[in-house]
Amino acid sequence: MKEKIIEKILTLLAFSAIGVLLLITVFIFKEGLPVILKAGIKDFLFSAKWAPTKGHFGILAMIISSLAVTFGSIVMGVPLALACAVTLAEFCPPRLLVFLKPTIELLAGIPSVVFGFLGVILLVPIIREYLGGPGLSLLAASIILAIMILPTITSISIDAIQAVPLLYKEGALAMGATHWQAIWLVILPAARSGVVTAIILGMARAIGETMAVIMVAGNALKIPSSLLDPVRTLTSTIALEMGYSAGDHRTALFAAGMILFIFIMALTILANLLMRKK
Amino acid sequence: MYGQEFSLQSISLAIPKSQITGIMGPSNSGKTTLLRILNRLTDLIPDILIRGQVLLDGVDILMPHYNVNLLRARVGMVFAKPIPLPRSIYENLTFGPRMHGVKDRRILDERVEQSLQAAILWDEVKDRLFESALKLSGGQQQRLCIARTLAMQSEVILLDEPTSGLDPISTAKIEEALRNLKKDYTIILVSNNTKQIARISDRVAFFLMGDLIEYGPPDMLFTNPSDKRTEDYVSGRFG
Amino acid sequence: MMRLNPILSQKIIKTLLWILTGSTIGILFFIIIYIFIKGLPQLSWTFLSTNPVDMGRSGGILATIVSTVYLIGIALFFATPLGLGTAIYLTEYTREGLITKIIRFGTESLAGIPSIILGLFGFAIFVIAFGWGWSLLSGGLTLSAMLLPTIIRTSEESILSVPQEYREVAFSLGVGKWKTITRVVLPAALPGIVTGIVLSIARSVGETAVIIFTAGSSLRFPSSIFESGRTLAVHFYILAREGISMPMAYGTAAILVLLILIINISAYMTMRFLMKRYS
Repeated sequence: MKEKIIEKILTLLAFSAIGVLLLITVFIFKEGLPVILKAGIKDFLFSAKWAPTKGHFGILAMIISSLAVTFGSIVMGVPLALACAVTLAEFCPPRLLVFLKPTIELLAGIPSVVFGFLGVILLVPIIREYLGGPGLSLLAASIILAIMILPTITSISIDAIQAVPLLYKEGALAMGATHWQAIWLVILPAARSGVVTAIILGMARAIGETMAVIMVAGNALKIPSSLLDPVRTLTSTIALEMGYSAGDHRTALFAAGMILFIFIMALTILANLLMRKK
Repeated sequence: MYGQEFSLQSISLAIPKSQITGIMGPSNSGKTTLLRILNRLTDLIPDILIRGQVLLDGVDILMPHYNVNLLRARVGMVFAKPIPLPRSIYENLTFGPRMHGVKDRRILDERVEQSLQAAILWDEVKDRLFESALKLSGGQQQRLCIARTLAMQSEVILLDEPTSGLDPISTAKIEEALRNLKKDYTIILVSNNTKQIARISDRVAFFLMGDLIEYGPPDMLFTNPSDKRTEDYVSGRFG
Repeated sequence: MMRLNPILSQKIIKTLLWILTGSTIGILFFIIIYIFIKGLPQLSWTFLSTNPVDMGRSGGILATIVSTVYLIGIALFFATPLGLGTAIYLTEYTREGLITKIIRFGTESLAGIPSIILGLFGFAIFVIAFGWGWSLLSGGLTLSAMLLPTIIRTSEESILSVPQEYREVAFSLGVGKWKTITRVVLPAALPGIVTGIVLSIARSVGETAVIIFTAGSSLRFPSSIFESGRTLAVHFYILAREGISMPMAYGTAAILVLLILIINISAYMTMRFLMKRYS
């Protein structure tokens, strides 16, 4: 009898995560959807005119900015992360690996406000000095994000590379390939789906990151035309305006959150499908 | 092994009290499954289908409402691999009784000593009862596992190839312990080792592919089997 | 076309890869060392034990430490039983099937939700709908949604690593399922479970976006969980962003990084130690 009750309770608890997820979905959509319908989906998604207190709810500039910083961080972060993953998984002596892998993962533990702060103090002046523009820019945000997503991508890629059967590598080496040729021609292709999953999860992290981006991106509300332009992402807009918003303005921020949420869920589901295929 | 069609079919066995009943047969003959039915560890296997009756003192233990935990307290089990819990020797032995509500320290101490004596382990470990059981040798660990069922004051002890991973000296010690125990317990011993079965059993059952081929005193099965298959098996022609 | 000798090109690539890896690790050490050089000189007992004065221009950071502890305590109070319960259900009470797939999907998706969305959610539900306003309770509950997936995953892994035989032994001694779980399985899985909780503490320490919209940023010393409070990380953000005081910002950052380092390293050490002991 007691056992049955315990089982019922545990079953209930087990639905907590999915319950919270549903609750989040419901609340974000309930708050955000009405304003989108009011403004019209076209004017909401494809207009760059954002003046929520005057009834203009176009978030195009933010979407483009969000995608731009994410893309920038992937372009810079992925090669570096893969280099780390290959080095650690293939060239690194195991004794060093047990020390280096957690060290790279520790990078993920540094708070985003600290990354943002160092970006402002160190990176932004360099960009302003040597490349021009205000320094607070799409480029600065991309670089900081690239560093922030690096541990995620590296860590998952290492697991994917290590999951490739040793036989593949031995087969390649036995045919006279060098270690690097084996990695490039056999191991990496075999680990592809894991590596792609890692990159997708890195993208999700980059597009959702807020505090570091606010601090270094400059937050000017326009569609960027160069890497040195300041940008304002979906996340920064929400964080910057939430404090003083009210009425339609506040619900418009929820609507922006809703778009972000849809992006993230699409990426998560994609990553999930890829994992399953493996 | 499980999940396939029939592991065991139409078996009827009367197990006598205060004797050692040996069960032998090649692997996959259904010995382990039979043993696990007897204390309903088979409940852990999803979708298993068991039909028939297992009577303990005249009551069918397979009835859905039968108190499984009490049954398992009465019918103890020793596994093929010694599995001490990652605790001290003392805690390994008192774990069962404590879970069944024995709290009195004096009774627990007494049970620890008695069961270790009966499993012929007391002299080896009496000075280090509070050390981790994982530090014992394989043979000692297996005797500890036997002592663990004894500490429960169970009536029936099921042993599933208890010496399969042990050296001959440890095996001899366990057989000695079993011989001493049989006056107070009903012992059912599953083994691949026909010589062991012949050495210590009072009655022997031979299983093949889930069928009970023959059941009787060891003299009969080992010297004058009535079935050709039994003869082939005991003379080492297969299995 | 000229082709490089494969052995030579491997040498070049290997060197290049090591340089890239080295610079990544270099960045990490640079961040830590830079923050420590600038921040550690600001630290003193007074800094830790007095409340901020004048928006944080002077005084210390005591109130923010207390708020951080409160928030993490509340978050763990809710996330631990939920996460552990989920893990126990997944490992002990069910077989892989549609239900576990749904639960795992929920857990993974929740893990991917950015903190700003969690912040929005917590704001809409706890601050507004429940009418709790900006408070440590609102913040802690929202934070617990962030920690839940980590706790589920680490607990599940460590429960799965407990040998199946231990369960059989307990069952064969007539111990019921729940008692087997609480007395045999969970004690054996405890180190992994604790490591998961410790790592989620480290994550909470550095979190800002979830907290700033749900717990607010009041600098007062919190006297109840229904009051607003400012955590260390939020305090650092405000100090740095509004340029209130650079020395104070560096000091707070040093404390943040120091805490996170200590927590991560100790969690890692315990895990290594226990893995050695068990194998």
